[in-house]
Amino acid sequence: MLFEIDNLTYRYENNAALNDLTLSIPEASRVALLGANGSGKSTLLRILDGLHFGVSGGAKFRGEDLSEEHFGDDQWAFAFRRQVGLVFQNPDAQLFNPTVFDEVAFSPLQMRWSKADIKDRVMETLEWLQIAHLKDRPPHRLSGGEKKRVALASVLVLDPAVLLLDEPTAGLDPRSQSQLIDLLVEWGGGPKSVIIATHDLDDLADIADRCYVLDAGRLAAEGSPDEILGDRDLLQRTNLVHAHRHRHSSGEMHSHPHRHE
Amino acid sequence: MTGHHHPRSRGGFIEHTIAGLHFAMERALYADRSASGRGALQQLDPRVKVAGLGALILASAMAAKLWVVAAALLAAIILASVSFISIWTIATRVWFATLTFSAAFAVPALFLTPGTALYTIPGVLWTITRQGLTTAGFLVLRSETAATLALVLVFTTPWMHILKALRLFRVPVVFVVILGMTCRYILLLLENAHEMFESRKSRTVGPTTRGQQRRIAIASTGALLSRTFQLSGEVYLAMQARGFRGEVYILDDFQMQTLDWLAAAGFTGLTAGLVWVGR
Repeated sequence: MLFEIDNLTYRYENNAALNDLTLSIPEASRVALLGANGSGKSTLLRILDGLHFGVSGGAKFRGEDLSEEHFGDDQWAFAFRRQVGLVFQNPDAQLFNPTVFDEVAFSPLQMRWSKADIKDRVMETLEWLQIAHLKDRPPHRLSGGEKKRVALASVLVLDPAVLLLDEPTAGLDPRSQSQLIDLLVEWGGGPKSVIIATHDLDDLADIADRCYVLDAGRLAAEGSPDEILGDRDLLQRTNLVHAHRHRHSSGEMHSHPHRHE
Repeated sequence: MTGHHHPRSRGGFIEHTIAGLHFAMERALYADRSASGRGALQQLDPRVKVAGLGALILASAMAAKLWVVAAALLAAIILASVSFISIWTIATRVWFATLTFSAAFAVPALFLTPGTALYTIPGVLWTITRQGLTTAGFLVLRSETAATLALVLVFTTPWMHILKALRLFRVPVVFVVILGMTCRYILLLLENAHEMFESRKSRTVGPTTRGQQRRIAIASTGALLSRTFQLSGEVYLAMQARGFRGEVYILDDFQMQTLDWLAAAGFTGLTAGLVWVGR
């Protein structure tokens, strides 16, 4: 198994963000973590990336505990960070270097790669993501779509085996959204795993083979995209779709749960 | 309709705040641009600058003669000039602000330090003493000198190079991380404040009274600090997620050239001279 979460509870002060959660993610998976705002998706991604640790229960990566003790060991931590990359929802949190080039070079520098390798690999990644022309620009001066690409480049530069993404298409215009999805589809597959936290159901079938639905920090359901999208009660119960009045082309006006395509 | 409103306050408070924040962000970016300029100090190895300018700050702090501190300030101004940092930039960014802060301590010292009376202010009968004047002079001049030298360092050296040089001088990792995060925190605070006030501007219609302006300022400060604190926590998590363990790594190699050794000798000679004559 790639990740195993076993009866894990995580609290922010007194509020449980994850509540006795148990789930397993196999190797080479394309997984979507679905849920409304506050359902615990982002927290789960941070647990999977070893940034947060549960107050009870456990989390394992390829059979090894994701514990503070393990992350205290430099060698173990570097090996883990080399394999697992997390793209944060807010790119401003992830972009803190003076130029785009420095931003993308940050992780390889921490891994102590040779400087020649770093320069080659950074340029390769920038070119692949079509942002090489931005390399000397300060990241915080870029547009939302460009920032997302730089944030993605800053993680993909290590060519991790597992990519964790928190709401990667949030706040992007439709063209940037579709380009980002294409990139993820191109990158994923084979032995690579992609785990995406989202509440956007439109591209689910393209980005995931397996879905886990979270509700108030608990696992509400799991299944294939078709199974999850076909369960209207589940989607409405977990606030993934909503009902509002609208008019059909026939002129008929009524309300029922639906999603916009 | 708006008779009770102050006519000059129309939109001014929020717009002035936005302009001020924008100016502060531009200033932060100016440091980056200046550090990659073609001045004399910009060409030197960061280690030479950190050690040399740091030594000059110490020498000016140790000097027991006022003219020696003034000489260190003059040296700082010359170093700034050869590095294409204008006197106006130093005056507006360092001298006025430092003078305001140091004067808060220096002015009472003028009157409170016992010694030979020089002048008594008529009416209030407060007496300025020779010793008070010297103490105040030391306080102001040392502060101005240290701040000017620090500004010369920041304007001629990329921030990451300064952090890296500090680590090479065995400054503890926790101190360097705190310094790095503080810089990032200040930038985030500025960016957040800018965003918040722009959003406030878009929702503010018509003039605001001074009372409303005060309420906006108070409400914004609390929200801003909490938001920035949360975001800076995320930045630290994002750094950890990308393998950051406290050590500073940069792509550029530090390599001492002939010019660096000459500059190091120059800094050593100047510092030794200031310490010697300033005893």
